[in-house]
Amino acid sequence: MMFAAAALAVLAALGLAVVRALRGPTVFDRVLAGNYVGVGAILLLALVGFITDRPEFLDIGILYGLLNIISTLAVLKYWRYGDLSHGGDEEPPAT
Amino acid sequence: MIDAAVTGLSWILLAAGAFYYFVGALGLVRMPDVFTRMHAGSIGDTAGAGLMLAGMMVVAGFSLVSVKLIVILVIILFTSPITTHALAQAALHAGVEPLLAGKGKRASAGPKAPVRKRTASKTRRRAPSRKAREATR
Repeated sequence: MMFAAAALAVLAALGLAVVRALRGPTVFDRVLAGNYVGVGAILLLALVGFITDRPEFLDIGILYGLLNIISTLAVLKYWRYGDLSHGGDEEPPAT
Repeated sequence: MIDAAVTGLSWILLAAGAFYYFVGALGLVRMPDVFTRMHAGSIGDTAGAGLMLAGMMVVAGFSLVSVKLIVILVIILFTSPITTHALAQAALHAGVEPLLAGKGKRASAGPKAPVRKRTASKTRRRAPSRKAREATR
């Protein structure tokens, strides 16, 4: 019961984050909202695991947490250099 | 007795965590620019997720489930500041100005000091053009 209530609140928060991701004027707003949705997905997975009494969902939550930061940093690097294989210390390629 | 205490404590922690997470999302929608939105998002990432995972830990007790919850909490607590830092640096590098940048100096110069008008138009807040990004390099 209490897990269901918390899951509903997280779902409402995710809806607001998706609104920001769709509206966000700059790409950084969208990345920020995407990161927020990622954390919400972890929380939702943990809550669903408790609701259905299946703690295996927590492993998926750990995986999502690791994927979240990698994807965020990858998007930011791609936006800055236009190339994922670009070393940070080199000069940016002339675009 | 213990059972009721555990239930009550987890209720309180889960409700507080859900409240903070929702407030963070609300700030994400309502705040005026990228940097203040990052500030609001950090609330949901730390207080919201931390309190909710703590509430689940109270229910799980001393078990492997609690260990996994702690691992998730540590991952979130480490990666959220890293993400926010990288995001702020990338936004500054791309030329996004904080909304209040330079406001303090003008305020000390007197009430007659010109205040640059900030419009909420789309072009103002869009990511800067390639030319602007070249100029910042």
